[in-house]
Amino acid sequence: MEPEDDLCQNNWGGSSSSSSSKRREQVCFTSQHKWEDASILDYEMGMEEEPAFQENSNNNNGGQVNVDFLQGVRAQAWDPRTMLSNLSFMEEKIHELQDLVHLMVARNGQLQGRQEQLVAQQQQLITTDLTSIIIQLISTAGSLLPSVKHHNMSTAPGPFTGSALFPYPREANNLASQTLNNNTCEFDLPKPIVVEEEHEMKDEDDVEEGENLLPGSYEILQLEKEEILAPHTHFCTICGKGFKRDANLRMHMRGHGDEYKTPAALAKPNKEAVPGSEPMLIKRYSCPFPGCKRNKDHKKFQPLKTILCVKNHYKRTHCDKSFTCSRCHTKKFSVIADLKTHEKHCGKNKWLCSCGTTFSRKDKLFGHIALFQGHTPAIPLEETKPSAQKGSSACENSNNNNTGMVGFNLGSATNAIEEVAQPGFMDGKIRFEDSFSPLSFDTCNFGGFHEFPRPMFDDSESSFQMLISSACGFSPRNGGESVSNTSL
Amino acid sequence: MKKAKQIQHMISKPFDLLSEELVFIILDLVAQSPSDLKSFSLTCKWFYQVEARHRRSLKPLRAEYLPRTLTRYRNTSDLDLTFCPRVTDYALSVVGCLSGPTLRSVDLSRSFSFSAAGLLRLAVKCVSLVEIDLSNATEMRDAAAAVVAEAKSLERLKLGRCKKLTDMGIGCIAVGCRKLKRVSLKWCVGVGDLGVGLLAVKCKDLRSLDLSYLPITGKCLHDVLTLQHLEELLLQGCFGVDDDSLKSLTHHCNSLKNLDASSCQNLTQRGLTSLLSGARCLERLDLAHSSSVISLDFASSLNKVSSALQSIRLDGCSVTCDGLKAIGTLCISLREVSLSKCVTVTDEGLSCLVMKLKDLRKLDITCCRKLTGVSITQVANSCPLLVSLKMESCSLVSRDAFWLLGHKCRLLEELDFTDNEIDDGGLISISSCRSLSSLKLGICLNITDRGLSYIGMGCSNLRELDLYRSVGITDIGISSIAQGCCHLETINISYCKDITDKSLVSLSKCSMLQTFESRGCPHITCQGLAAIAVRCKRLTKLDLKKCPFINDSGLLTLAHFSQGLKQISVSETGVTDVGLVSLANIGCLQNIAAVNTRGLSPSGVAAALVGCGGLRKAKLHASLRSLVPPSLITHMEARGCAFLWKDYNNHNNSNTLQAELDPKYWKLQLEEDIEL
Repeated sequence: MEPEDDLCQNNWGGSSSSSSSKRREQVCFTSQHKWEDASILDYEMGMEEEPAFQENSNNNNGGQVNVDFLQGVRAQAWDPRTMLSNLSFMEEKIHELQDLVHLMVARNGQLQGRQEQLVAQQQQLITTDLTSIIIQLISTAGSLLPSVKHHNMSTAPGPFTGSALFPYPREANNLASQTLNNNTCEFDLPKPIVVEEEHEMKDEDDVEEGENLLPGSYEILQLEKEEILAPHTHFCTICGKGFKRDANLRMHMRGHGDEYKTPAALAKPNKEAVPGSEPMLIKRYSCPFPGCKRNKDHKKFQPLKTILCVKNHYKRTHCDKSFTCSRCHTKKFSVIADLKTHEKHCGKNKWLCSCGTTFSRKDKLFGHIALFQGHTPAIPLEETKPSAQKGSSACENSNNNNTGMVGFNLGSATNAIEEVAQPGFMDGKIRFEDSFSPLSFDTCNFGGFHEFPRPMFDDSESSFQMLISSACGFSPRNGGESVSNTSL
Repeated sequence: MKKAKQIQHMISKPFDLLSEELVFIILDLVAQSPSDLKSFSLTCKWFYQVEARHRRSLKPLRAEYLPRTLTRYRNTSDLDLTFCPRVTDYALSVVGCLSGPTLRSVDLSRSFSFSAAGLLRLAVKCVSLVEIDLSNATEMRDAAAAVVAEAKSLERLKLGRCKKLTDMGIGCIAVGCRKLKRVSLKWCVGVGDLGVGLLAVKCKDLRSLDLSYLPITGKCLHDVLTLQHLEELLLQGCFGVDDDSLKSLTHHCNSLKNLDASSCQNLTQRGLTSLLSGARCLERLDLAHSSSVISLDFASSLNKVSSALQSIRLDGCSVTCDGLKAIGTLCISLREVSLSKCVTVTDEGLSCLVMKLKDLRKLDITCCRKLTGVSITQVANSCPLLVSLKMESCSLVSRDAFWLLGHKCRLLEELDFTDNEIDDGGLISISSCRSLSSLKLGICLNITDRGLSYIGMGCSNLRELDLYRSVGITDIGISSIAQGCCHLETINISYCKDITDKSLVSLSKCSMLQTFESRGCPHITCQGLAAIAVRCKRLTKLDLKKCPFINDSGLLTLAHFSQGLKQISVSETGVTDVGLVSLANIGCLQNIAAVNTRGLSPSGVAAALVGCGGLRKAKLHASLRSLVPPSLITHMEARGCAFLWKDYNNHNNSNTLQAELDPKYWKLQLEEDIEL
């Protein structure tokens, strides 16, 4: 193993220092996707392992991680035979590489006069081979460990509370992980699985579910509450005026002198990140609110993607809803964009349920009614009907009756602690919900759940969808939408 | 002394000794004839009270008297308001108040002018309401449906032709009435997939679902076919149900027994295969007027249901010989086959089919014009259990084919030989079918009195006889029928030009007679009619059109004796105002047709219209429309009477009648019309 270690360090030592320094400068959060894409292309040839191994390699890869323990357990199935085959494969590779380097050393004298190009080519070849070997090594080692983690304080730009190194006993692991970390800490392995499009900030809570980022494959930043709620994020260094956008700041700076009017000063600061240079680490954000699912100390932590996501999330879930709809005077929002979106559609939701929920589409209403006992379609202009009266009273009940909901959440949390693998965990959840008799389901009053802050349901949303599909034959997507529909 | 008096007292009131239960049992037997029940209740006060307590079902003629009627009959559980066109909210609240706890079923299918408010009273007060028929409530909206949903115990609901109902209303009903077992949404064109789907999701007890002519697609059928107890599913004329929407359908609806997919134009073999895939216990399948060709391929889609299938209807389909053969081999337990209007059916195909079906009970080959005597001989030979054979317009079937039928199929009960070549020999053979109850011999020009007299002697159970335009029949034949068939309920002697009053007098012996059609019989007079009117107390339907000698005196007798008459046609007769006005005496008269009756004046018609309180339909000459006061017409329409203004221009009345009476000429005319 000695030689590879050396090789690694030789190869990457030089570039890593520069890349990390570069990373420190970067504030732009959106350009990172480009990086990923480029790295995928680079890496295509070296990918011969199974995806599971790939994922593990990513585990070791990134900065500060609050590892999702369950996932780590599921992904790694220890099999000596595969291990052996992997090792022998690596041995072969190393020998090949050794031969190649020998050859190069032998020819070194003769090649003095040759062009630089050839040398570069050779270097590239060796780099590629080395990369693949290293990945192999890491993944093989990774299969031994439940999960590997390390922290990388140097890369954190924001206020950073370093979480405990190994919060779980299983991970207080042996030297192997340590050495691995040493090898790879400055190592930006490509992330083939992460292919995320740029999405609208507003949807972050919903879209985040689909992200398959493995714990450890990204670095986590956490802003403080004051920073999140600050109206301005960009301040003029001269007069101290604050701006919401960097571009506005740059426009403002022009007034402070001619040196700020040059094209370089006016350019978007992160534009110099050219595809050819080294890929940077994905950044994900943690919510500073303790106990929140988006907080990195949460057991089922789900990171937020961008600063804007953080802002919106924090405002939506941990702040008062201060903006009231001027049309219906009932709906309240904490994010003004949400209010504007709502106002666009307010009054257009003509499909009404007896529980008071409105829907913009008839099929959503019927999906809702099919799901809940005792809810009926409310016929418009029939306020005097007894059914409508009943419905509103039921709605009030549901608003007051959170206890059922809380119990529900607790149930899912205990399930998680039991370290059930993810799919099995889902099954367990379904059974749990199925065991709800229709009646008790009714008394729980899920009908009013749209009124609750969203994260309460983040845990259970996917299983909710499955419940819908299993119980009522409605497609899960539909059910999910009907839920999210009203929560906006 | 005292004791003797008591005994005497008891003898004078022997029914006092009987318990009420025993009297009720007696009344159950009496109740078979409504008039007997009426006489019973009029005997004494005690009988009156007992009868009032005994009666469970009511069919009132006027909604105005509902308060009194329901006060008298406190135990009413079934209320049939089909005779009351105008049922107001007040009437419904009266029903709710007076017989709320006992009422189980209400029929409002022929009524209107009630609203959601009235229905609410009904739904709230009648806690045990199980069945409600709201068909034809074309003005009913979702609000009313939401009110119906308050009747929580509802099990049977009919909403046919409630065109303004939408998914929202059905959704309310689905949520409110969880015990629904039988639902008919036929012609509710505003109801779609969502409403039906919700109904299937919420009402798990559904046994029967009629979705005919609904704009549904296969989408909701996914939910519908998951119902555990569904036995009957009617999808007649659902154009939206197509192969694509049924592609992913897999179900295990083992309870399904009856499937009607007739007139589903966009449903072909592919969709049908998935529809039938899980219905292993299907007994009845209706594919009439489907667009697919009934071929060998098609028959293979029946593979899964073939074991239990008892009845199949393929009316109007293009049927191939191979297809019929395959059906015969696959579905050996078939008991009923209908191939009506399948013009492509050949002797070979039908012979192959019936050869395999030893258990065949009912066969309908109406208008299969290619069939000849070979098929009928095969049917007679292979299906000894045949009960019903309908073969109207199989004119290529030779007369000797019928001879075998009567000898081989002794269990025949229903026969339709309309427009066939059957002759007296055939009738003689058929007369050996003792249980024959319905015989249609319309336009059978080869039959005479001789054959008919054999029927009269042999078939004592005959209930229905159709001799429309069978011109060989005279009084002798009819009188032999009247003598032998005392259970006769329906007879049609239209255009039998030799019939006279003698036939009517002899027919008056059939006391069960309900329908009497003698259109275009030029010789019958009021005397014959009087005989019928006096002795046939159950007469409900009477057609006297084109009987020129019928006049006021006949109608006066009718008005006096036939209190059960519902429908009468006196067009082109000698009836005047007097006769028409006298008809107002008949309480339950619903339909009057009096076109081209020259003796009628506008004022006479107006008086008759006002007088007939329960009138639903009046067919009158168009010229009267402008002469009758418009306010009267609006008044009548508000009462629930529909007008049909006819404008015939037959100047030479007698000549056309003569021409119509000649069957050959008439048939020629008919064929010309068809060709046009």
